Amino acid sequence: MKQVITLNVNGAPYAVAVYPSQTLNEVLREELNLTGVKLGCGSGDCGACTVLVDGLAVSSCLSLAVDMEGKAITTVEGLAPSGEVLHPIQESFIEKGAIQCGFCTAGMEMSAFHLLKYNPSPTEAEIKEAISGNLCRCTGYVKIIEAIADAGHKMANTGGETS
Amino acid sequence: MSLSHFDHYAPATLEEVFSLLQSKGPGARVMAGGTDLLLKIRHGALKPKYIIGLKNIRGLKTISFDASAGLTIGATALLAEVARHPDIVKHYPTIAQAARGTANPQIRNMGTVIGNLCNASPAADNAPTLLAMDAQIRIRGPEGERVLPLDQFFKGPGVTALVPLEIVTAVHVPAPPPNTGTAYLSLSARGKMDCTAVGVATMVTMTGKTCAGVRLFVGACGPVPLRAPKAEDILRGQELTEEVVEKAGTQASAESRPISDMRASGDYRTEMVAVLTRRVLREAHHRALAC
Ligand SMILES: Cc1cc2nc3c(=O)[nH]c(=O)nc-3n(C[C@H](O)[C@H](O)[C@H](O)COP(=O)(O)OP(=O)(O)OC[C@H]3O[C@@H](n4cnc5c(N)ncnc54)[C@H](O)[C@@H]3O)c2cc1C
Ligand code: FES
Ligand code: FES
Repeated sequence: MKQVITLNVNGAPYAVAVYPSQTLNEVLREELNLTGVKLGCGSGDCGACTVLVDGLAVSSCLSLAVDMEGKAITTVEGLAPSGEVLHPIQESFIEKGAIQCGFCTAGMEMSAFHLLKYNPSPTEAEIKEAISGNLCRCTGYVKIIEAIADAGHKMANTGGETS
Repeated sequence: MSLSHFDHYAPATLEEVFSLLQSKGPGARVMAGGTDLLLKIRHGALKPKYIIGLKNIRGLKTISFDASAGLTIGATALLAEVARHPDIVKHYPTIAQAARGTANPQIRNMGTVIGNLCNASPAADNAPTLLAMDAQIRIRGPEGERVLPLDQFFKGPGVTALVPLEIVTAVHVPAPPPNTGTAYLSLSARGKMDCTAVGVATMVTMTGKTCAGVRLFVGACGPVPLRAPKAEDILRGQELTEEVVEKAGTQASAESRPISDMRASGDYRTEMVAVLTRRVLREAHHRALAC
């Protein structure tokens, strides 16, 4: 039986009717049309579905939507709420050429966001560790790592998060 | 990609958990982080009718440390929390290292150490160290609490000593004796992306130059993480010279019962048990002398 829950996504409350067996990924994509959140492997391996829940990066494909009542969810759409002014992480991904097909990008950026929130000047090893749960089949990671370091500089210079 | 249907409960007390388990019968399953359980449901290996989430239960998430009483990790404490907890990093560095080496950052923000134990995979990365450190598992059922040494908890792949209606509330690790060192090393085909193919953990206690106590456990080389008692016998009461360590490695490898599977061949595992045993012994020995 469906139950009605309130999801707090990118700062806005949404009342949605969900089956207890629906994953957060399904509800974000199919009920709330937040298709920036990707579904890759569906088994916790690729990180394309990464979102933040109460500030922690998690795999939305292995999270139940019913468990999310009362928690603050941030998706890649939440990085640039206006849809026009991009977040420094997104700018750096574009400027450094860290995007090819783009399938991994939203998940990579959410893992980067999680890292830089707590540690704006990470070492290369810390960046690699932070994205160790995000697979990219295109870029070879080098430019992604550069982009995250670059975004860290930008965020430190502007005093942290922009959104 | 949808999951088979189930009803979901998120009780706030253990009493409610037991009454739900009682009323729903064998179709009910408790869930901590769900990183093993939901994956099994997705693959069709399990089809529970009811899921009882444990994460809302007050007090179950606690990690507590006391220099004499030791360390207690609650059932819903996350792998990420165990990995970075200052007391664990300081006093139980190998437990922190094993948690940090489990899965990837996202899964560590969801999954739990206790879930890793209850899932009872022979390859569970948190099991060998906790076994080597003589951990005890706290079990609660409607009738009350019982405490079991962790080395009596694993019964086979996916099978534990829990009986219906029981759940694990915490794992307790005694304070290690003075001059004790621990180490865990594991190998897998592609770093952390793969399940551990061989893992070895040890705890070594020294009195002067002599090994006064040792516990040695091998993961992923048998139906449950296995103790290597004859290898321990070679070490106990001895100076840990290269020769003794070499012999203990060979013996640990003789005591393991690995199978061949997609992660590694049995022969490779047998070889690697010896190599990893020697390495963890040297490392733990070194740490025991340094403290
Ligand atoms: C991408 C990926 C990578 C992984 N990598 C690793 C790895 O490197 N090493 C490794 O060891 N594991 C790994 N795992 C497996 C898994 O993440 C861990 O075993 C994790 O610790 C399980 O914890 P959980 O809280 O999510 O367990 P759950 O999925 O919630 O539970 C697991 C099982 O234990 C039972 N259970 C849970 N809590 C209790 C309790 N308190 N009392 C009684 N029964 C209980 C559940 O019913 C279920 O059967 C990986 C998983 C994924 C998806
Ligand atoms: S889709 Fe969730 S980790 Fe791949
Ligand atoms: S850009 Fe294509 S998967 Fe990363």
